[in-house]
Amino acid sequence: MLKKLAFGVVLGASAFAWTINGTGSSFQYPVNKAWIKGFYSETSNRVNYTATGSGTGIKEIEVRHVDFGGTDKPLTPRTLRKYHLAQFPTVIGGITLAYNIPGVHSLKLSEIAIEGIALGSIQYWDNPWIAKYNPNEKLPHKKIIFVHRSDKSGTTFNFTYYLSKLSTTWFHHFGVHKAVNWPTDAQGRGVAGKGNFGVSTAIKTNPYSVGYVDYADAVKNGLNLAEVQGKDGAFYAATPANFAKGAAYGGFSLKNDFFKLIAYPKKGYPILAPTFVLVHYDDAKTAKRVTSFFSYAYDHDEVASKLGYIPLPSNVKALVKKYWVEKGISPEK
Amino acid sequence: MEFLFRKLTSISATVILLILSAIFIVLFFYAKPAIKEYGLHFLVDPRWGVTIQIPVKNSATVQNNTNSNASASVGNNEDDSDNMSDSDNVDAALGLGGDDVDSAISGGGENSQNYKTKEIYGGLIPIVGTILSTIIAMLFAVPIAMGIAIFLSEIAMPMLAKPVGIAIELLAAIPSIIYGMWGLFYFGPFISHIFGGPSVNLLVAGLVLGVMIIPFMASLTRDSMNTTPDVLKESAYALGATKFEVIKDVIFPYAKSGIIGSIILALGRALGETMAVAFVIGGVFNYPKKLTDPTVSIPVVLANSFAESSGMSLAALFYLSLVLFVVSFIVIVTAKFYFLRNNK
Repeated sequence: MLKKLAFGVVLGASAFAWTINGTGSSFQYPVNKAWIKGFYSETSNRVNYTATGSGTGIKEIEVRHVDFGGTDKPLTPRTLRKYHLAQFPTVIGGITLAYNIPGVHSLKLSEIAIEGIALGSIQYWDNPWIAKYNPNEKLPHKKIIFVHRSDKSGTTFNFTYYLSKLSTTWFHHFGVHKAVNWPTDAQGRGVAGKGNFGVSTAIKTNPYSVGYVDYADAVKNGLNLAEVQGKDGAFYAATPANFAKGAAYGGFSLKNDFFKLIAYPKKGYPILAPTFVLVHYDDAKTAKRVTSFFSYAYDHDEVASKLGYIPLPSNVKALVKKYWVEKGISPEK
Repeated sequence: MEFLFRKLTSISATVILLILSAIFIVLFFYAKPAIKEYGLHFLVDPRWGVTIQIPVKNSATVQNNTNSNASASVGNNEDDSDNMSDSDNVDAALGLGGDDVDSAISGGGENSQNYKTKEIYGGLIPIVGTILSTIIAMLFAVPIAMGIAIFLSEIAMPMLAKPVGIAIELLAAIPSIIYGMWGLFYFGPFISHIFGGPSVNLLVAGLVLGVMIIPFMASLTRDSMNTTPDVLKESAYALGATKFEVIKDVIFPYAKSGIIGSIILALGRALGETMAVAFVIGGVFNYPKKLTDPTVSIPVVLANSFAESSGMSLAALFYLSLVLFVVSFIVIVTAKFYFLRNNK
């Protein structure tokens, strides 16, 4: 009797609740985890997501080992068609330039300064291109230590994409990659950290250093963040409001399956990185479960904001929902 | 029964050989595209992941190039091998975007008909980094481990020797990532404070490695020194030898093969250590000109790039691990043959 009852309960639960599995980008892992918790308590549907890196996320969804893949590097419409995949963005992250200069507590970095530091042509902190915009700070005559990621990462991919937009020199000599041979390394002024966490620590423990870190990690580690010059010439502090302002100029479009990196928008904070989800549209049943989870996610922006992510602007969310309808993977009501 | 027992033991012994050769075959299989592409020049080429442009003269050479590329790819390498999809993405992004910079870059498409980009992978810098960090670790660890072992087996009172011995064995059980974090947060900044340079560098990596292998060496050395028969020691003392002389002339020669074995085991671990070193070596593809410069080692390159690589870059990583495999094999076999022959 009891056994029967228990069996009935299990059966009853399984008739309504389901489980989906995802893997990929570690950048979207914290926010996915938070959404998964809320989604489970609301619907008792289970979503599993493991942070294995964008590359693995793409590989695993292509061979259908998982129900959805997370990636910081969007796939081209051509690749998507080949594997019968649909792609949509979930959140946007800000990449900050964190620095550690003893005695300096606010720093403005112009586009020329950022380009010069990355290319290694600006070598000292008291360089006129930096000093020009920081008249009130006493910049030391010390060599700039440039800190970057040592592992292949979506953060590096997005940051080098930003640099490519900013500087044709950068694009032609170094390009957009998940790992780069940094020119500062060849000059012996580069240091690399493993993961955002490694970069944060390296900045903290090396005076006169500067490096790029995801906003959430930079805040967690209490780093000083530079104000960055946007495309419109104004300086933007690394704040969620300025990220959102930039994200509004993201320029996502349905036509190319949201294939767009939004670094360097017309206005607002310029170094932004969207993160994407991949599903198989020909497996509509599973895809609908995935979209119902992310439609829950879109309704819970506060979870993302609290973790330091930028929720998608509402017009982009509307576009994504339209895209779901077009691909026949809109969640069932 | 006797027969079965012998068979079982011989099976367990051959299993190890089978596993080793299976690993070697797998490494070789996946590294093959890179071996074909770069050959032995890989060992002396300091460029890792550098994109170069090769002029393409006529359609015949284009044909050749695509052919060699296709045959030189790992099984699942389709249009999203690392280098291809990256450039593909940028071009497409630029084509689709329509910004001024975008069009400037897609304008470069004209060039791409006359030039073909090719990624070059060479392992010299990680190979040098691996050897240097291992040498630093051994120079630091061997004397300290010997000191600990001598103290524990000959000098310390049993009341002290026991807890210290257990502590040493516990050290060996600490996961390597803990050593990495300790190095990253405390030890690295401390070393750079004293010797200069950035907080993560070759010296820090070597010293952290040294700390990691000390427990292995110390406890194995102590064990083999403890096997010296008391009769030998006592007769030496009876002849008027001092403690130092007994250790030098009686215990060390007796325990020599065990001590060398422990050093070789530790050396193997230092060559292949991944996680801890990845956090403290600096991860920069550059020759260390000073001890305090950041660099990379083979395991670090593998740890940093494995999850996100495909196509030729993955094959190059397998080639690199094959190199590590062969280097460790050579080092250990030479050490073993050389020292054990001398021992007899």
